[in-house]
Order: sequence, then structure tokens, then C-alpha cells
Amino acid sequence: MSAAAAGNLAIQVSYYVAAFLFIMGLKRMSSPVTAASGIRWAGLGMLVATLITFAYPGMGNYLLMTTAIFIGGVLAWWTGKRVPMTDMPQMIALYNGMGGGAAATISAIELLKGGGHSEVFVALAVLGGLIGSVSFSGSLIAFGKLQGLIRRSIRFRGQNIVNLLILLAAAGIGASLIAGNGGQQSIVAMFLLALLLGLTMTLPIGGADMPVVISLYNALTGLAVGFEGFVLNNAAMIIAGTVVGSAGSLLTQLMAKAMNRSLANVLFSGFGETAVAGGEARGSLKPIEAADAAIMMAFAQKVIIVPGYGMAVAQAQHKVWELTQLLTERGVQVKFAIHPVAGRMPGHMNVLLAEAGVPYDLIYDLDEINAEFETADVALVIGANDVVNPVARSDPSSPIYGMPILNADKAKNCIVIKRGQGAGFSGIENELFYLDNTRMLYGDGQAMVNELIQTIKEL
Amino acid sequence: MIELSAFAALYIFMLAAFTGYEVIARVPAILHTPLMSGSNFVHGIVLVGAMVALGQADSVLTQCIGFAGVVLAAGNAVGGYVVTERMLEMFRSSKEPGS
Repeated sequence: MSAAAAGNLAIQVSYYVAAFLFIMGLKRMSSPVTAASGIRWAGLGMLVATLITFAYPGMGNYLLMTTAIFIGGVLAWWTGKRVPMTDMPQMIALYNGMGGGAAATISAIELLKGGGHSEVFVALAVLGGLIGSVSFSGSLIAFGKLQGLIRRSIRFRGQNIVNLLILLAAAGIGASLIAGNGGQQSIVAMFLLALLLGLTMTLPIGGADMPVVISLYNALTGLAVGFEGFVLNNAAMIIAGTVVGSAGSLLTQLMAKAMNRSLANVLFSGFGETAVAGGEARGSLKPIEAADAAIMMAFAQKVIIVPGYGMAVAQAQHKVWELTQLLTERGVQVKFAIHPVAGRMPGHMNVLLAEAGVPYDLIYDLDEINAEFETADVALVIGANDVVNPVARSDPSSPIYGMPILNADKAKNCIVIKRGQGAGFSGIENELFYLDNTRMLYGDGQAMVNELIQTIKEL
Repeated sequence: MIELSAFAALYIFMLAAFTGYEVIARVPAILHTPLMSGSNFVHGIVLVGAMVALGQADSVLTQCIGFAGVVLAAGNAVGGYVVTERMLEMFRSSKEPGS
């Protein structure tokens, strides 16, 4: 075997091993017991694949390459290590967007090089480039929104038509490239249009829909990487990209289903616009003092805590765990109920509670715990709103009708910690707050939980 | 390089799509974030492609684009790994010692 052939074999074997390690790693990440080792398997695969690529035949620009890896790697390492857990959703969106952008650059280079490729080659390059660009600019907007840089959801009439026209224009240029026409200007125009589409698609989407959006762009980046894998004839990229594309699509579907909305509805409806405030809520809001709420919980047998995005905003997760430990010491059974779309990314609440040290076997999914609310003495709702609104069960005219909710209203008592009197993201009055067995504890999540803790300590 | 035939590539595509679906299908909700973040890391394999694209770039324009691509891809891979590992480190059971 010649040296070149041996080198090729080494590269192919390494990519094969990397693909295997990625799939095994993801598989291990599907159980909390093996999850931490899963990411290391996948990480090893990435290391192997990256190192062997330096030996790829016919390459130059090694200085540029190493510099670029160094810059990107160090910046990402530094930010990734420092970011607080509450800011995880936007960091994932950012890293994901970078991947989409990278896929788009591969496509751009291959198209700019030209040189009589087959239609299939150009078609895949165009497709990967379009999807990667949308994912890039869309993820950056998602990052900006979650980071609080973009505060408003920008909507205007005919937005969907504008988006459609941009998409058609980009696709039209892509088609002419596939047909063999068009030069550098068309390529640049196509990428600019795709980047614009990512912006206009994501700007109108509100914060509470971000779990779906982040998950969708993750899947799209995977798909773009898979397509560029075809273009570069790289099986490791095809496999890793496609696996992520399909896994991400499934996750996106799960998120949309948890809100009882279709993906199209999330992307194109501009939720806040369609939501007409439902009928006037009956009854009155009944406030409660922290001391009374604490006593209620301290002498309960079973307490179920329902956290929402408000807990993340107030950074209350550590205090919540302290409260849980205090109650447990007194013999109270404490469980956590997590709605699939609570927070700003899939599983957001789980991550925050894990950060605070809450063991994952105290944390229950909607299906697991919903029947238990009836036996709970207190349901403590911290910064959650729409996911506990009973109108989703009862009022067919409500925009959130049909969305599976946590049955906090069925607990014997319900205490809601809330910053002030306002409607949730969807703008819908929450009937839960007006029920006879509900008490409102107004204030900052962290401060209020702290008061609960102090009172219980003094008992 | 070993050339993949178009059909071999299509078969890979199909099987990988099913694999991704099956691997995720029964994941508990508590792992949705790490898993999304983990799959976000896995598509960081785009780094390999970005390196090849830059390595074969022969004009100033393509070198510039390639350079940006490798920076972005390295950010995706490294950032994705760091945040996923940090999150997974935190998940523990109440039965484990040291929690």
C-alpha cells in the first residue's frame, strides 16, 4: 500500500470511528445515569475527526486554519465556561447559529469555486447553504431576544407573504444556479436573501415560543451539515448532520405538541396578535402573607412545586432547593412538576433545578405527576402562568385551549408566587389565580422563597 | 478519497435519519436540554468540512469565507461541548453519595 493510500485509509477509519462515537454518545445521553459519559464519547469522536482532517490530501492554508480554530475555540471555551445556567438557552442558540453559518460558508466556497459540477452537487450545496444561512441569522435573532438585546417582537401585516416572497426569490436564484446559470453576484444575492429570511422569520416570534424555535434551528443546522457532507463526500458529516436533523425535528415536534400547536402555528401566527383576552375572570385575587404561606406548607403532607420562567428570571432555584430541604426535614413530601415548555428551551427548568442540586428523581414530567395534584396539600407555583391555566381545559374559545397543563388547580391549596398582577405571555387571564383555593404571594421569586424559608426555620 | 456513490449516500442518509429518531424517541423530558445541547455539539462536525473547504480554497475571497467558516465551526464544536458537559455534570440522583 502506498503512503497516500494508507493515509486515506486512516482518514476513513477515523471518520467511521467518529460517527460511531457520536451515535453511541447521543444514545448514552438519553438516560440520566449514563448522560455525562455520553458527551465525552461524542467529544472524543470530534477530537479524532478534527485531528485526522489535518492529514486530508490536497490541502493548504494550514496557518489560517489553525489560527481560525484557535480563535473560535478559545472564544467559545471562555464564554461556555462563564455563562450562568439561566443564560443557557441563548448560548445554545448562539453556538447552533455558528454551526449553521459554517455550513453556509462551505456551500459558498464550493459554489464560488465553480468548475462544472453535476446538478445534484450544486443542488445539495444550494440547499445546505440556504438552510444553514437561515439557521445562522435566525439563531442570532433568537440569541438577541433571549439575551434581552431585542426586546420587541416585530410584526407587521403581510409578514408571512413577505417571508414567502423572500424564500421564493432565494429559491429561484438557487434553481438558476443548479441549472448552470448565474455567477458570483447571484451566489451572493442568494445568501443575502437567505440571511434576511432568517431575520424576518424569527423577529415576530415571542419569548415563550423559543423552546420550539431553538430546537427547530438545531435540527436545521444538522440538516445543512448533512447536505454539505454530501457535497464534500464526507460520510461522518452526512451521518452526524442527519442524525441531529432527525432527532432535532422530533424534539421540535414534542415541544409544539406540548403547547397543542402546530409548528406552522408557532412560526407564522404571531401569537400575541391573535390572542383576544378571554372572558373576564370571575372572583377576586386573594393575596397571602409569606408567613401564612410558609405555615401552610410546613404543616402539609405533600407539596408539589411548579416552576416556570419566572423562577429563572428571579434566579430563585437555589432558594427553592433550600426550601425543599427544610420541608423534607420536617417530613413533608416535596415533588417538582415540570411542564415540557416551561422556560425558554426544552428542559430549561430541569437544568436550573439540577444546578441548584435538586436530585432528578424528585422531578416529574406532566404525565407522571398530573394525577397526584389531587392528593397534594399545597401546589406552589413559582413564576409559571399559562402552563397552569385551567382555561386550557375548560374554554374552547381560549387561544391556549387544548394545551396540556399541570393541574395545580386540583391541589387542596394553591400558592402562586408572582411579581405583580398581569397576564401571562399569551395575554390571557389565568383563572387559577381567581379560584377559591388559590392565594397570591406577590413579590420577587427569590425574595419570597427566602421569606418562606425564614419563617419555617423559626417554627 | 473513497467516492461515495449517490445511492450509497442516500442509504446513509435514510439510515442515519432513522437512527436519530430512535435514539431520541424515548428520552425523558429532564434530559431535553442536555440532549439538544449535545446534538448541537454533534453537528459541530461541520468543523471537519469547514477545514477541508478552507484547505482547498485558492482565492483570497474563498480563503476569507473559509476562515470565517472555521472560526464559526470551531465555536460550535467547542462551545457545544463545554455547555453540554457543564449541564450533564449537574444531574445527579438523590441516592448517589456526595449529592
